[in-house]
Formats: sequence, structure tokens, C-alpha cells
Amino acid sequence: MDISFDLLINAIVAGLLLGGFYAAVTAGVSISFGMLDIVNIAHPGFIILGSYIAYFVNINFGVDPILVSLIMLPVFFALGAFVYQVYYLSFEKRGQESLRGLAFFFGLLFVTEVSLILVFGVDYRYVEAAYIGPSIHIGLVDLPLRMLVPCVAALVLFSGIQLFITRTFTGRAIMAVSQDQLALQLMAVDPIRIKRIAFGISIATAAIAGALLIIIQPVEPSVGREYIGRIFAICVLGGLGSMPGTLIAAMLLGVVESLTATFYGPSWAPAVAFGFLLLTLAFRPAGLLGR
Amino acid sequence: MSTAKFSLTAVAIGVLVMAFAHWFHIDYLFFASYTILQFIVLATAWNILGGYCGYVNFGSAAFFALGAYSSVALIKFDGEIDTWFSEGIADFLHHIFPLPIPVLIVFGALVSGIVGFGMGYLTLRLRGSFFAIATLALAVVLQTLIVNWDFVGGSRGAYVIRPENLEFAGIQVNYIEYLFALMLLLAVIALTTARVIERSQLGFGFATIRDDELAAEACGVPTLRLKLIATTLSGAFMGMAGAPFPYYIGYLQPSSAFGLEYAVNSIAMPMIGGTTSWVGPLVGAILLGSAQQYATVTISSAVNLLIVGLMLVGFVIIAPNGLVGLVQERLRRRQQ
Repeated sequence: MDISFDLLINAIVAGLLLGGFYAAVTAGVSISFGMLDIVNIAHPGFIILGSYIAYFVNINFGVDPILVSLIMLPVFFALGAFVYQVYYLSFEKRGQESLRGLAFFFGLLFVTEVSLILVFGVDYRYVEAAYIGPSIHIGLVDLPLRMLVPCVAALVLFSGIQLFITRTFTGRAIMAVSQDQLALQLMAVDPIRIKRIAFGISIATAAIAGALLIIIQPVEPSVGREYIGRIFAICVLGGLGSMPGTLIAAMLLGVVESLTATFYGPSWAPAVAFGFLLLTLAFRPAGLLGR
Repeated sequence: MSTAKFSLTAVAIGVLVMAFAHWFHIDYLFFASYTILQFIVLATAWNILGGYCGYVNFGSAAFFALGAYSSVALIKFDGEIDTWFSEGIADFLHHIFPLPIPVLIVFGALVSGIVGFGMGYLTLRLRGSFFAIATLALAVVLQTLIVNWDFVGGSRGAYVIRPENLEFAGIQVNYIEYLFALMLLLAVIALTTARVIERSQLGFGFATIRDDELAAEACGVPTLRLKLIATTLSGAFMGMAGAPFPYYIGYLQPSSAFGLEYAVNSIAMPMIGGTTSWVGPLVGAILLGSAQQYATVTISSAVNLLIVGLMLVGFVIIAPNGLVGLVQERLRRRQQ
């Protein structure tokens, strides 16, 4: 096959930028699914909610979407803590998380999506910011700021979470809760409180991921569904609960998707994530850097 | 009640409903009840895996659409016979095609059943949530495949012309009544199967998986085999429900066949009705199905989906065993 060199290089660079963004989208699920064993399939719903808040504030008050998401962090954290509390009381405590808990999150995803449709309609929405549009050229490579800024922001977010988890007491407690809840209790730490905080953080990342999403592409309420497969594919491929693994897997998926889109057409890209997911589940369920 | 008696009663009720609708000559009644029956099949199918085994399938829409698109593929194949085959074979094929809908249903069941088996084989050996996630992703990918497959219409969709009438043993039957009767039969088959499973060794095996898979495994229950049986059956029934759909809707496009409302409804209906017995999905499908028909006509289709979502969330939190569970609890209390 005749592949021109600069097309290939550009596709790989675009894939890496996309992968960085995917890492931000997956960070939350990596905490909730990977560490807390909560299969939060409603996560894309929260991301889209974040996108719409960023859109609403940006259009009405002209505030930068990333700044909006930073202001919204505490709100999303509180929302996450609340959702966890409901989830804990209704399902985890009764030992019913596998069937009813999943249905609960599925219902949440659906309700968020339909509510957004009722409020904003099904039109695509986009934000305005100085860095949407221009791009930097380095030699053969084009770096659109629209992709570069979210990628950098995502990497900052990702390193922040990694530092928090490995360096602070609460962060280490989150790691501990994922390994042995009873042992944590014996250390006089309330595992439920730790899980509530962890889930709050996981939802808080959705605020940022949402803002980054609407910078990268116009958003409509059902866009989130396309991300479910990607998020969980990355999460499983990276190895549950492993943040470095998640980052590598996100970059890998980004590059493969970008290559697929460039050489076979963008309509095939969603199938890539699923292929990843199935192959991982079939051959290495523990993921790349799994426990 | 024995199985034979049960299915006879179910058929009798179905014939009564049909006679009623026919007598009033309201085509809309057939259209509306077809949708409800279709949801009874979907909800029952979902419950075979979800309610009995405790494995959540989010991809009902995918299995449904597979059934519908396998029909479309066969219908399109009929149109291409002359260009693809030499005269002799074409003549022979023209005797067989166009296939009657019951054959399409069997075909749809086969395709969806095989896909269900494959999915199950890859993911069911792992933790339960992996299966759920994989089914969620399956819907997106199958939609991608269909959108890219021009033969069945791609993203443009496919027209399937529904004949006005069907000649059946010299009698003219209105086509929508014929579709309705087929779906009624499917609903009876699905409910009977679910009821038989519930009372058989298979059903007890499923229940052990739902309650404690590890303990079941330790007691020598062949869990993987049972789970595969459940996924295959469940997928096949969903495919059956989808196979006549192109004839019903007349114009099939990927976004309608893979509509999220199928996935949501087939989970919400058993959850709201109750997942432990065949009655639950039936009650849930009739209640939610008719409420939605009513709300779609009077309010709007987005609002009615919101109501379904809220009811699903509300029911799983407040009434974990659904309506059937609530009734059983009340009866038990009265006895005491």
C-alpha cells in the first residue's frame, strides 16, 4: 500500500493528541471501575453534562471552557459523593450491585441524556475560545491548538491524580480500599468515606473531560454513548486500577483510531475500540499493566 | 398448571385480543399492540439472562437490530438473484424467495443466537461486569458495521415494501393483522419457554449462578455452559423479535433499529415488573408499553423516554423485586 510519509506522521501525532484526551476521559472510570469496583457506565453522561455546562457559561458569559470546568470541580465532586451515597445505601450495602446497581447507572445515563435533549435539543453545540482554530507547524507536522490544549490539560489532570493517589494519605487510602476493605477498617479508616471521596473525584474529572470534549468536537446529548466503548476498552486494556497503564492504553487507542480514520475512513473508527476490548478480554483480561 | 395448559391459555387470550381488535376494525390497535407484544418478547428474552442468571445485557438493541437486518439482507438478496446467479440457479432460487416471514424469524434467531454465543464465550469466563460492558460496546460496533454495509442500505436505510394483504389458504388477511398474529405467537413461545426454564433443572442452575456463582461452581454446576445457553437463548429471542420489524416499520435505518429505547425498555420492563419469574417482564411490558404508547401520542416521545428512565432508577432503588415482589410481599404479610 502506498502510504505517504507525512500523512503517516501526522496521523500518529493526531492520534497521540487524541489519546491524551482519551486519558482524561478515562481517568474517572479508572478510579471508579478500576479501584472501587463500581461499574459506572453513567460516566459519559456526566462528561456530556460537563460539556453542556461549559457550553452554557461560555456562550452566555464568554468564560473559557477549561476555567468553567475548574470552577465546577467542587460541584461535580459533591454530585459524585451524593451518587455514591445513594448507590451505597441502595445496592452495595444490600449486596445487589451486580444487577440492580448496573441498571441504576444505566438509568442515570439515560435520564441525563434525555434531560439534556429536552433542555438543549439535539443540535450540535460548540464553544468559542482563542485557541480553537489556529495550529502550530513544526516541519511536516501540524499541531492544531484545538487538540494540543486539551491534550496538555488532560496530561496535567492525569499527573495530578497520579500524584494525589501515590503521595497523599487519602490517595493511598483509596489504593488500599481497592485492595482490602477490611484491612482498612482495622486501621480505623472508614472505607465508605474513602470510597465516597474517590467516587467524588472520579465524577469531578468528568467536569474537566467534558470541557475538553466540547473544545475538540461539537457535542450533542447522545455523543456520550460513543465513548462508553472507548472508556472501558482503555480501562481494561490498561489494566484495572493502573493509572500509567490507562495512559499508555489511551495513547495506543488514540493512535490506532487515528490511523484507521486516516487510511480506512472515519466511519470505521468506533469499531476499533471494541476490537481492542474483545481482544483484551479474550487474550489478556488483566490488561497491559494489570495487577 | 401444566405447560400445555399454560400455552393453550396464552394462545386463547391472544386469539381473544385479536378477535376484539379485528371486530372493531381499528388498524391502530394492531400497530400499537404489535409494539407491546414485541416488548414482551424482548423483556422476556432479557430476563432469561438478566433475571434468571443475573447477567446484565445492555445490547438488546444490537440483538434486535441483528434480527431486523438479517431480514433486510435476505429481502435484498431476493432482489439480486438474477444479477448474481446463472439462469438455472436463479430459477431454483425464485421458487424459494421471497422467504415467508416465519423463515425470516428463524434466520434472525440463528444470527442473533450465534452472536450471543460468541459474545458470551469471549466475556462470560471473566467477571460479570465485563460481559455487561462488552454488550454495551457491541451495540456501537454493530451499528458501525451496518452503517458501512451498503448492501443493506448503509446509513441511508432500507425500504421494505409491505404488501397490503396476504393470501392465506384462499382467505385475504390484512398484512398488519398477520404481523400481529406472528408477534403474538412469538410472545406466547417466549413466555412458555421462560416458564418452562424457570421450573426445570436449567432454571435451578441459572438461579444458583445468580445467587452465588462461586458456590455453584464448587458444587459442580457447569456454570459456563449454563451461562452460554442463557446468552444464546436470550439473543435468539431478541433476534426473533427483530426479524419481522422491517415489514412492520417499512423503512429501516440504523439509528431506528439500534435505538436506545430498545435497550432501556428491555431492562426497565423486567426490572419494574420483577425479575424472578416470567410474570414480571409480562406485567412490566404491558404496563410500560401501553403507558408509552399513550404518552407518545399525547405528550412527546422524549418525555416518555425520560419517564421510563426515571421509573427504572426509582424502581431499582425503592422496589428491588419489582411489582411482582411488592405483591408477593403484601400477600405474605396478609398470611401472617
